[in-house]
Amino acid sequence: MVTFFAKRLGWSVFTVLLATVLVFSAIQSLPGDAATQLLGQNATPSAVATMRQQLGLDEPPVSRFFTWLGKALHGDFGNSLVGGGSVAGEVGSALVNTSLLAGITIVIGILLSLVLGLVAGLTRDRWPDISISMLALVGMSVPEFVVATVLVLLFSIYIPIFPAVVIAGQNASLADLLPSVWLPAGALICVLAAYIIRMMRTSVIDVMDSEFVRTAILKGNSTSRVVFKHLLPSAMLPTLNVIAMNIAWLIGGVVVVESIFNYPGIGTLMIRSVQTRDLPTILLITVMSALTYVVCNLLADFAAFLLNPRLRYPRSSK
Amino acid sequence: MSAMTTTAPAPTGPAPKAPSSLGRAVRSMLKSRAATFGFALVIVNIVVAILAPVLTSYDPIATDAMSALQESSGAHLLGTDALGRDTLTRTLFGGQYALAISFTATGLTVLLGSVIAGIAAYRGGIVDDIITRVLDSVLAVPAILSMLVVVTIFGTGPWVIILAVVVVYTGGVTRIVRAAAMDVMPKDFITAAKARGEGMFSILFREVFPNVLDIILVEFAMRASWVVLLISSLSFLGFGASPPTPDWGLMVAENRNLMAVVPMATLSPIAALASLIVGLNLAADGLAKSFGIDRMKEVLG
Repeated sequence: MVTFFAKRLGWSVFTVLLATVLVFSAIQSLPGDAATQLLGQNATPSAVATMRQQLGLDEPPVSRFFTWLGKALHGDFGNSLVGGGSVAGEVGSALVNTSLLAGITIVIGILLSLVLGLVAGLTRDRWPDISISMLALVGMSVPEFVVATVLVLLFSIYIPIFPAVVIAGQNASLADLLPSVWLPAGALICVLAAYIIRMMRTSVIDVMDSEFVRTAILKGNSTSRVVFKHLLPSAMLPTLNVIAMNIAWLIGGVVVVESIFNYPGIGTLMIRSVQTRDLPTILLITVMSALTYVVCNLLADFAAFLLNPRLRYPRSSK
Repeated sequence: MSAMTTTAPAPTGPAPKAPSSLGRAVRSMLKSRAATFGFALVIVNIVVAILAPVLTSYDPIATDAMSALQESSGAHLLGTDALGRDTLTRTLFGGQYALAISFTATGLTVLLGSVIAGIAAYRGGIVDDIITRVLDSVLAVPAILSMLVVVTIFGTGPWVIILAVVVVYTGGVTRIVRAAAMDVMPKDFITAAKARGEGMFSILFREVFPNVLDIILVEFAMRASWVVLLISSLSFLGFGASPPTPDWGLMVAENRNLMAVVPMATLSPIAALASLIVGLNLAADGLAKSFGIDRMKEVLG
């Protein structure tokens, strides 16, 4: 088991590293760099050259990458080429705001979709299942911006209880953000829940058909005991991967939803730094996103390990 | 007589030449009401997009200040937008951009992904390892960041959007098709083809891909639904179709601030977009079911 996880961990580090190399080289091929971007189109060539030197852009790309990597490993991600402040601070505060949004989305979204998936699976082909499955189909079929737009129409225009955009700025405290987090979170939950509900429904149906559940029912166990002791742990297993993948997907959804609601998080920052070619900021966002992806997958593997006794005995399985 | 033709042929005895698995799957799929409905929705969307100029007498682009922001009426069934353009007309035209780009992009993605997957499965060893690891890293970069970077490098033309989709989704297709191709590789007919001295691409296109066609088709339908989602989101964010193109994502972005005045201008492109993607999803479900493929496994790629 230790070797298995050590191996996975090694590949994860490699994946994150390669992802940063890919983004670094892609940004290198962007026309113009931060110096031309900062000075505007009418800058004299000598001013651009001086600016490049100040920003360290005159060195060859490979050496710049390794300089960046060496510092990054010591926790120094450099200064924003545009704002001038520390990238770690800027990304950090955006990340805290996004964590509030993502945290609410994940907790409510996962609980809600597990329950709905379970209900749908247990009432297969009867009306609760049919209505939940229809909802999941709709959730799979509408983009985040549509859900967000409809939610705004319903809850800020027809029944004005939530704000349509976030007015609090980049430095707002979490308490300031809390009232305006619900609509963006609602939009993300709708999209996040669809696939988890489906997977949970499918695996609940599969497990219900299995012999050990039938035995448990025939032994005269109460329904709740069968569901919570026997059914849920097995049905959760395949669902875990979908949950992990959806959390990684959430990063993409967050970008769209944050920009609709003007929410001061990592997504808004991402769009702005791509527009301004702010390489240090983009690189740190890439590292954070790739880390999220990798950690989600590792956690899913680990949880699968805890839930599935068969995996604990390496000899019995391949 | 009619009773005889409708009963299934006896299971024993030599069958007269079995119908291809593709034909059988299509027939079993059309028996499912949901899948038929899905295909019908997609086809209706395609037909409407093609016939849009015939279906309406209004111009989707020309502005008409005199009739701006009207509610539903006999002249404008779904009202007009801020520039006086007929909402129904723009909604009918609105699928052209999304459909053309999405289907081209999905086709290229699935083709490229399958070829890469085929090469990985055929060569195996270090080639396979390198391909798998590099694609894993591409998948670890959030799709929207890759899209934004590609769009920033090359601008926002239709081919750039297609390129961006290919960059984002090829990895997932490759993962799925590679796993299926791996199962085919050790079969005797592949060994025979190799012994005949056929080249790699001839083996891939004549022996391997026909045998994983079911996976590839489901992959196409499912990716198409995601690509339509992604492209409409890009248009919405201002990186896709540019005004005054009639495009659903763009229409929502243009009209959502006027939702309290002319809700139809926002809601009708939303309904059209949703009908297309629901159709694609139902079709993908139906295809997967009739081929006996677990669609959720494909999603995980």
